[in-house]
Amino acid sequence: MATKVLERKPLSLAEQTYLPQILGGMKITLRNMFKPPVTLEYPDERPDIPEGYRGVPTLVKDPNGREKCVSCQLCEFVCPPRAIRITPGEIDAESDTAHVEKAPKEFEINMLRCIYCGFCQEVCPEEAIFLQDIFSLSGYSREELVYQKDKLYELGGTLPDQHYKWDRKREAELAGNPHH
Amino acid sequence: MEWNELLLIVFKALLVLSVVMSLAAYAVLAERKVAAWVQGRVGPNRTQIPLLGGIPIIGTFLTRLGVFQPAADGLKFLFKEEPTPGHVNKFYYLLAPMIAFIPAMTTMTVLPFGQYVNEAGEVQPLVLANLDIGILFILAVSSLGVYGIVLGGWASNSKFPFLGGIRASAQMISYELSLGLSLLPVFLWFGGSLNLFNIVQGQTDLLFGFLPQWTILFQPLSALIFLVALFAETNRLPFDMPESETDLVAGYNTEYGAFKFGLYFVGEYTHIIIGSGVFVALFLGGWNLPWVTLPAGLFGTVLSVLIFVIKMLALVFVFMWVRWTLPRFRYDQVMTLGWRWLLPLAVANLVFYAIIIAVIEQF
Ligand code: SF4
Ligand code: SF4
Repeated sequence: MATKVLERKPLSLAEQTYLPQILGGMKITLRNMFKPPVTLEYPDERPDIPEGYRGVPTLVKDPNGREKCVSCQLCEFVCPPRAIRITPGEIDAESDTAHVEKAPKEFEINMLRCIYCGFCQEVCPEEAIFLQDIFSLSGYSREELVYQKDKLYELGGTLPDQHYKWDRKREAELAGNPHH
Repeated sequence: MEWNELLLIVFKALLVLSVVMSLAAYAVLAERKVAAWVQGRVGPNRTQIPLLGGIPIIGTFLTRLGVFQPAADGLKFLFKEEPTPGHVNKFYYLLAPMIAFIPAMTTMTVLPFGQYVNEAGEVQPLVLANLDIGILFILAVSSLGVYGIVLGGWASNSKFPFLGGIRASAQMISYELSLGLSLLPVFLWFGGSLNLFNIVQGQTDLLFGFLPQWTILFQPLSALIFLVALFAETNRLPFDMPESETDLVAGYNTEYGAFKFGLYFVGEYTHIIIGSGVFVALFLGGWNLPWVTLPAGLFGTVLSVLIFVIKMLALVFVFMWVRWTLPRFRYDQVMTLGWRWLLPLAVANLVFYAIIIAVIEQF
């Protein structure tokens, strides 16, 4: 293998005194002093969270306020550290979304176990669970950090829906086409 | 001595003391701010005094500037628990911070910081004690400060402070020599006077009618050697061997906390301020401005003090600026620089100027 011998020039007298280098460094630091700070004053200022960031997993509702999760438990099944625990429940027959049939009675995500992998979001057939932009969690006890259903909905809020799957299903049913 | 004369002296001393102390406190703040600015951060910007900080625009501005921070720091040093580790030598452990603090404070007595014209029309220095051997006094007393560091390192009875103390003493010995030698040409230049006031007055005139007669213009090498040695004497980066927090935890003050640490801290900054003052007096013309004659009367006095303080603070800023620019030297590099470069250079400088001055005096 060909080797290349680097030529090392001896230092000139000016370089040996360090002084030109020190002055050069001081020039750089002086210039830096007049630049605006690059830091964020964190709790007051928050960073912009980029699209596709995987923050805390949350449950969302559709724009009509319907809870989207149908407690199929796929996310519970896929979750690598088993952070999710779902107790399925039925939807009241009187409710106008009775045709969805199921909704979670209890839904908890243990934020201390979650590894923010996003599998639950990926696997969910109802687009009901999303990892959004919340990145800082704190609590005084372990129990507090097992987020319950209402907390998850509170954090998730409402996201736009492209399909309105269940509304269309009902329309089709009413139009006499139950297998839509 | 009359009673009121004595009272006046005490009053003057207290005044100077409190000014220097608050300068030291604000030097700490300035250090933190400069560090932050150099590193693209904001620095201390939260501390608020309830009423003052509440004033709409000014209050917020001052808070952002961190003006109230030194008060908070000082209170913290005062009220923190003061643990004394069980393995230390109590007597020397307690003595050391005082020994570090007192010399730093004592040197300010002979530093002239302004001038006034007395009834007889003579220009007199504003100084606590106008000693004829002023600069010798400063050199002698300020080098006592290292005993505080050595003693602190030794009395702490633990490894890192011990190493810090040893380094401090080695460094101090190495650079003290160059420091003294670099000053000799200055004294020769001003006709052998060791009085700081005479040296400052010697820098009043213009040479050939336009060149300010500041020592730094005539003896740049002396100034450089003195400045480098001053950095080493005050343990500032790039010479902060005794502390070097990356390899010695915190060096000599590792085992110190609360108020005792505060004493070391304030002592260090006082040392820097007084050192800058000495440099200004010796090399930067003291309270003289080139091409400007100070008016007589109270206004001239105030102006002279202001000029001196501004020059001094500018130099303190340079100390900080250098600190946040340069990395620390290695221990052997410090020794090489001190013994193999600065010392021969200082001797050569002395011989050179001795010959020059002798030649000038011949004609
Ligand atoms: S969140 Fe999605 S995947 Fe999980 S149970 Fe609900 S519908 Fe199923
Ligand atoms: S992000 Fe991953 S670890 Fe967290 S709840 Fe979803 S599947 Fe489980």
